[in-house]
Amino acid sequence: MTSTPLAQVLMLAGLLFSLGLVGVLVRRNIMFMLLSIEIMLNAAGLAFVAAGSRWGSPDGQVMFLFIITMAAAEVSVGLALVIQLYHRLKTLDTDAARTLRG
Amino acid sequence: MILIWLIMVPTAGGLLAWLLGRRHAGWPKWVALVTLVIDLSLGAGLAAQCFGEMGITLGGPWLVRIQLSWIPELGISFFLAADGLSLVLVLLTGFLGIIAVASSWIEIKERTGFFYFNLLWVLAGITGVFLALDLFLFYFFWEMMLIPMYFIIVIWGHENQVYAATKFFLFTQISGLLMLVSILGLYFIHAHNTGVYTFNYLQLLSTHLRPTTAMWLMLGFLIAFVVKLPAVPFHSWLPDAHTEAPTAGSVILAGLLLKTGAYGLLRFVVPLFPSAAFVFAPVAMVLGVVAILYGALLAFAQTDLKRLVAYTSVSHMGFVLLGVFAWNRLALQGVVMQIICHGISTGALFFLVGALQERLHTRDLNRMGGLWSAMPRMGGSAMVFALASLGLPGLGNFVGEFLVLLGTYRANIPMAVLASLGLIGSTVYSLWIMQRTFHGPMKEDWKPVDLSIRETAVMGAMIAMIVWLGIFPQPVFTFVRPSLEKLEQITDLADSIRRIDRLETAVFLSTTGAPAGFQREDHP
Amino acid sequence: MLECLWLIPALPFAGFLVLSLAGRRLSHRAIALVGAGSIGLSAAVAGMVALGFIAAPPRGHAFTQTLWIWLDTAQFRPAVAFYLDPLSLVMILVVTFVGFLIHLYSTEFMIREEGYSRFFAYMNLFIGFMLTLVLADNFLLLYMGWEGVGLCSYLLIGFWYEEPQNGYAARKAFIVTRFGDTAMAVGLFLIFTHLGTLQIQDTMLRARELWPAGSTLPTVAALLLLGGAVGKSAQLPLQTWLPDAMAGPSPVSALIHAATMVTAGVYLIARNHVLFSLAPAVLTLVAVVGAVTLLLAGFSALTQHDIKRVLAYSTISQIGYMFLALGVGAWSAAIFHFMIHAFFKALLFLGAGAIILALDYEHNMFKMGGLRRQLPVTFWTFLIASGALSAVPLVTAGFYSKDLIIWQAYASTRGGMWLWAAGIAGALLTSMYTFRMVILTFFGPPGMEVSRRPGWRMTLPMAVLAVLSLTAGFLDVPRSLGGIPVLSNFLKRALPAAISAGVRVGREGLFEAISGTVSLVGILLIYLFIRRIPRFTEKLVHSGAGAFLHRLWFAGWGFDLLYDRIVVHPYVWLARINRNDVIDRFYRWIAWINRLASCGLSRTQTGRIRSYALGITLGAVIILGLVVFL
Repeated sequence: MTSTPLAQVLMLAGLLFSLGLVGVLVRRNIMFMLLSIEIMLNAAGLAFVAAGSRWGSPDGQVMFLFIITMAAAEVSVGLALVIQLYHRLKTLDTDAARTLRG
Repeated sequence: MILIWLIMVPTAGGLLAWLLGRRHAGWPKWVALVTLVIDLSLGAGLAAQCFGEMGITLGGPWLVRIQLSWIPELGISFFLAADGLSLVLVLLTGFLGIIAVASSWIEIKERTGFFYFNLLWVLAGITGVFLALDLFLFYFFWEMMLIPMYFIIVIWGHENQVYAATKFFLFTQISGLLMLVSILGLYFIHAHNTGVYTFNYLQLLSTHLRPTTAMWLMLGFLIAFVVKLPAVPFHSWLPDAHTEAPTAGSVILAGLLLKTGAYGLLRFVVPLFPSAAFVFAPVAMVLGVVAILYGALLAFAQTDLKRLVAYTSVSHMGFVLLGVFAWNRLALQGVVMQIICHGISTGALFFLVGALQERLHTRDLNRMGGLWSAMPRMGGSAMVFALASLGLPGLGNFVGEFLVLLGTYRANIPMAVLASLGLIGSTVYSLWIMQRTFHGPMKEDWKPVDLSIRETAVMGAMIAMIVWLGIFPQPVFTFVRPSLEKLEQITDLADSIRRIDRLETAVFLSTTGAPAGFQREDHP
Repeated sequence: MLECLWLIPALPFAGFLVLSLAGRRLSHRAIALVGAGSIGLSAAVAGMVALGFIAAPPRGHAFTQTLWIWLDTAQFRPAVAFYLDPLSLVMILVVTFVGFLIHLYSTEFMIREEGYSRFFAYMNLFIGFMLTLVLADNFLLLYMGWEGVGLCSYLLIGFWYEEPQNGYAARKAFIVTRFGDTAMAVGLFLIFTHLGTLQIQDTMLRARELWPAGSTLPTVAALLLLGGAVGKSAQLPLQTWLPDAMAGPSPVSALIHAATMVTAGVYLIARNHVLFSLAPAVLTLVAVVGAVTLLLAGFSALTQHDIKRVLAYSTISQIGYMFLALGVGAWSAAIFHFMIHAFFKALLFLGAGAIILALDYEHNMFKMGGLRRQLPVTFWTFLIASGALSAVPLVTAGFYSKDLIIWQAYASTRGGMWLWAAGIAGALLTSMYTFRMVILTFFGPPGMEVSRRPGWRMTLPMAVLAVLSLTAGFLDVPRSLGGIPVLSNFLKRALPAAISAGVRVGREGLFEAISGTVSLVGILLIYLFIRRIPRFTEKLVHSGAGAFLHRLWFAGWGFDLLYDRIVVHPYVWLARINRNDVIDRFYRWIAWINRLASCGLSRTQTGRIRSYALGITLGAVIILGLVVFL
């Protein structure tokens, strides 16, 4: 199988990461923020896998497994927090959670 | 050993007072009084013993010393030593401490235990400052004086207490930190020169420093002491702190805390960095003169009686700054006298202002007046201390101020003349105090009560002291002289360089054979 | 006998202590006994010491008694020591004796005042300090006496403290004299720095050795001491406090502002005559100051309404005569006039006090009149004193003392025509204002009813002083009139004799005649102006130039206004605008910047998650960038 050049995969990963980052920064709905964070995580995982494939080492795949596990844990906690937020503020708008201001 | 007791007794007494304060609000003041009486007696006993042995001075001016190792890896030891100067100041501490307790006898009603705890710990800190010869220990006690004082002002102070306490704390803390930097600088340079890491004052005295380094280190120390003194332009904290503090706080602030600055100048700045201090002397003298004149001007302008008295402290301590940097034996003796007498006279004035405030519930001069007929004893006492403030001969302050001016004249004539103008300024504000509070018509329908027995006793003791110091100051001079020996050696060198420039001296030397300045006068 | 010297100042101080501590609990009788008695005892001791001194003079005609060493530090060893020589002996005799008479007078004068014990406490303290000043062996002790008398003057002027004007007058006195005292203090610094001692006799010896006559150092030192003298003795330019000091009770004016404290400056210069002789320029200045002051004060006295203010200006004028004498080198003449002046001026003030008391505290002479029938004793004693003041020839003591000065102003080597002319003009003025006072108060139609007549305790001292005002002059009768200068001979040991510029005895007689005539002419003139041609006098006073001069002289030649404008107002204004301390602004400004920054930074804590996320992102980018590119 012809291996895709590392640079292109890393570029894809980078693009995905930026898209996810922009999503976190710009979206107000917390569900979408979580989605964007997932995209960022996946992008990072993609980078790892690409690197692993380039160097021919299984470490990249292992890292991706870690990332998936961590993402799952994070999503479960995050969704629990979202439920709490919804109960308190009756909205999913993050800008509504502003009481801790200076 | 006794030196440790001098510090431990107030510390323990403070803790005891705090504990007993929870049981009954009336006990802490008695505990404090007894503690301080014990402390003063210990100090007096030590002083009497040393005074008796004055002829047999072993190893320099140090009368009592104790040195225990504390953190030897860093060169820190628990080194306390007393010489004439520190002992006199420790006695002053005990005396003014008792006055402070007496002044808050009925004034402090809430949380008395904690109040006397803070009071006693401030006094312990001050005693430590006067006795410590290990620089680290000195800094430790320096900070120890600061924090209980902050609490005293903040919790039991008057209207603007938070502002005043914070200002006081910031000024003193920042300047203290600069001093810490200097201490560390000295520590490291000494280690670099000799390989020995030590904070011991006696060993650090001989550190060899390059002129610029010496100047910077000296400035670090100087800043701390000059803020405490206080010298213009670092005096801003003083009026607020003094005005807002409760009476006992003001008495201790004015009577003792300011003197720690003066003590620091005498003990640390000049001996550790003689050449740098000599170079800096003209600037310091100018600051001293400015303090004298500016303080007097400001004092006259105030309408708050306590603030007025606070500014008089600025003016009087200007004499101290002037005297230390005049580089002259006479001036140094004058400085010591001024320190002691100012402590007593200003302490007494604050005591009276506090008593007045308790009766009238105001400090506004525009509302007072004509109080002499109702309170002749208070009026008489106030008169005595107003006169001390303006430097009437026969009271102690005159001796101090006159000697400082006499010494300064030798060093720098224009400065001495300008400083003498301060005598006129002090007359203006002192008489103004008397006129506004006790003379003139009564502006409102006050019916105040004259001094109680407790207050009369305090005033009587202080009047007796200030008159005694004015007429028989010699014991103080004899007691303190050995401590000033080192300072005098340094200053004599500078003085003789200056004298040779004077033609008169040369003529004198040739006509009388022996320089008159160096032999004792005999009366016919 | 001379060993009792220390008792002389100690007794009044003891009186002060007793009265200040226990005064409130004593009866009026006891207070009077302690107050006047201590001075009486002191006077008695002084008399005995004097007898002992004259009968068996000590070696060198000087006796020193050292009580203890005040300070001993760095070759500065002033002692508390008393020095008795003919000069100080004359001074203490006058101070204690006149002091006692005035105290006796006060026991009745102040009887209805609240603060009876306070009054006598202060008076005793004053006498104690004055005696210390005069007997002081060294400058530091003298300075203590100097300041002490200033203090008592302040306390006594402001005795009736409820009136703010009295407090103002008291403060003015203290502060104006403080200017002089500061100059004197600087002079003391100079003397100590260059001569190495403050012991007076030692300084005189060393000054003579070290300082050539006329060089800068003695001139500056003498000038500074003159500054102090001018302040205390109310001469130009520090004379403004004395007229206002009349706010105090009349015995105070008699004692302090006539007989004793104001003469302290004269004593200072006389005591340091060696130093002043080394500075001839300053001596000339002393004479000129004396001459100008006596004229200025004389004019002012001519226009006053308040009887005590006339006497105040008169005192300034007479002390001007003493300064004139000192300036021309007639040292003992100055002391002689001091003594005679103490007698008649104290008497004048006591008489004025009796009048004021009798008329219920009325001071305005224009409201008085015709009192000679109602207060006979007061009238006769007042008349005698006025005669002495005007130097009525031959009978009054004032003639001998004042004319000695006027003569020396001409005859002495340092004197001259101008000084003599000033003295003569001053004498004319003196007679005029004095008898203006007498005529307005005692003659003419009665103005007010007398409510109180003085008792024996007031009239006896006045009578004694009247006798002295007549007879004490015979102590120093000039040779031209065939007399023996007893006093001058006595003082010769302490003060050098005046050096006459070789004029003959006959000349002296002629000048004495001129002076005598002038004083009588003055009396005649004022009688004419007031009684014979009153309407002309009225017109003169109200005419353009006359009114201007009248206002000018009434206001003491405008010095008060001048000092107010140049010194007092600027100081008060400066103090007031700086009340909140301009330096504090700097620190408040730092605090303000701090608060501003704090507010600014706290704006970044928006509470919004997105902004925090943005912050993290930016930070991470910057750091990564730094790491990668640097």
